[in-house]
Amino acid sequence: MDEQLKNELRRQGVVATTLQELYNWGRKSSIWPLNFGLACCAIEMIATTMARYDLARFGAEVFRPSPRQADLMIVAGTVTKKMAPQVVRLYNQMAEPKYVISMGACAISGGPFKQGYNVLKGIDRYIPVDVYIPGCPPRPEALLDAFLMLQRKIDEQQLTGPDRPRHLQAELPSEFTVPECSEHDLTPTRNDAIWQVPLVNISNAGKNESGRD
Amino acid sequence: MSVLTEASIDTISKPANDHLHGDLLEISMGPHHPSTHGVFRMNIVLDGERVVKLKPVFGYLHRNHEKIAENETYLGSMPYTDRLDYICSITNNWAYALAVEQLAGISVPERAEYLRVITGELTRLQNHAGLIGFLLQDMGASGTPLMYAFREREKVLDLFEALTGARMMCNYMRFGGCRCDLPDGWMEQARKVVDGFPRFLDEFERLLRTNEILMARTQGVGIVTRQQAIAAGISGPMARASGVNYDLRKVDKYSIYDRFSFRVPLGEHGDVYDRYMMRLLEMRESIEILKQAMRDLPAGPIVDPNTKLRNFRPKAGEAYGRIEAPKGELGFYLISEGGPNPYRYRVRPPSLINLTLLEEMCLGQNVSDIVIILGSVDIVLGEVDR
Repeated sequence: MDEQLKNELRRQGVVATTLQELYNWGRKSSIWPLNFGLACCAIEMIATTMARYDLARFGAEVFRPSPRQADLMIVAGTVTKKMAPQVVRLYNQMAEPKYVISMGACAISGGPFKQGYNVLKGIDRYIPVDVYIPGCPPRPEALLDAFLMLQRKIDEQQLTGPDRPRHLQAELPSEFTVPECSEHDLTPTRNDAIWQVPLVNISNAGKNESGRD
Repeated sequence: MSVLTEASIDTISKPANDHLHGDLLEISMGPHHPSTHGVFRMNIVLDGERVVKLKPVFGYLHRNHEKIAENETYLGSMPYTDRLDYICSITNNWAYALAVEQLAGISVPERAEYLRVITGELTRLQNHAGLIGFLLQDMGASGTPLMYAFREREKVLDLFEALTGARMMCNYMRFGGCRCDLPDGWMEQARKVVDGFPRFLDEFERLLRTNEILMARTQGVGIVTRQQAIAAGISGPMARASGVNYDLRKVDKYSIYDRFSFRVPLGEHGDVYDRYMMRLLEMRESIEILKQAMRDLPAGPIVDPNTKLRNFRPKAGEAYGRIEAPKGELGFYLISEGGPNPYRYRVRPPSLINLTLLEEMCLGQNVSDIVIILGSVDIVLGEVDR
């Protein structure tokens, strides 16, 4: 509908909307996060829910301890190889539509502990991540920003058509392979369907146009 | 102290097979549980609601801190110590700096010692405030106490941010002093926070100290006797709640703690209530120390000018530096071979040692008491698993 006409109607006391807008507005305004903290970032996540930053302003104050009742998983902290299977299992137990915020350097890539033998180098190797927040730990404002970004993302989702999100496409998976702790590493070490090794074109990397370093 | 071995349901003597007793139930609590303060897991065997066996499972946050530090320069490990007990980063910095200063024979200027005491005691305030909030949250007082506690915590974090640039990961200490001096106006702000803190404590005590539910839930629950506490090497507020008069600030007199007059509160029963009260009383003593330190803060350099940070190679030897961290005795043990990185780097985490009595505290209690017993120990998994 024409935006100008819509505004004109609103001035007359008539609200015109689409089912999609209404549906997305409802979903984005009541995202219930999973009450799930892993490490340092969890403290900042708790601080975000407290009176000063007040995540409740955005409709997300209801932290649910059970994954069955949660819409959003905030992976807040270092994911170790011992913990990774549990994180993926919790994600699988959440009902669609579900979203993931990867909070902090550790959840994105292993962060300062990347060289550790027991640290997973990013949770996006096993589950799809919607929003990444860098920082060690990210400030509560950064988490709020990520949250607003997620709300914008939900707002733009199409109910129909080929671009509709995963939870509206029955053929797409909503559960992902749970890795197992084996002798040296997790098996499998990554889920190839959602994460590929980032390849850099080495022949051109770090060189200027003349071909020299 | 019993040695914790693989829990097997068959090894436990079964209760009499009458109509009052059913089968034993083995449950796994954690690593995802809202009240385990992180990713801690316990395998619990229950007879009805009564705990008959409890086995902690560690390692869900093992981040290879010690191994990374052995391949890192001495100064390079300083930011990693922030992330040990991530609620009180400054005291971790302090213990590590103390160990390296002993190893390399570095002295600390007067002003830096005062700054360390001020920031260290502020850390204790915000740690204890947060802890009692979480403990009451675990007990079912949803929201209000934790919100009050975090309101005060934020004030202290603002001071840390103004001083160090970070709310939680302060990375403030350096070998032979501190990283940066106080910014303009910091002291006035800090005085305001410290002077206003007793009001929060009064409010908190009025709110809940004699609350009937709180007393029924905590008194006589999770008792650690004096002998048990000493035998298990427990330290910090938890040991003092059991009546062990052991505070490194008095015993070791490290830094400049002999210049301040403060009392060491002691508990009598060693139950959850005593441990809760211990935190409240310790905060009042910390405020006393803070007031004296802020009054006496001298001018001068904040880092020993003879310390060289580049190409820092302490002579071969070993050192153990320990401080009274908010959770207990935090120690760093370092062995140097004269190289740029330590040969061995070991952390003595207070939370892990304080956890060793968890099974003894929980046996015979209800399953709902496990949560508050664990909460009263004050664990941080970054430090337990490292």
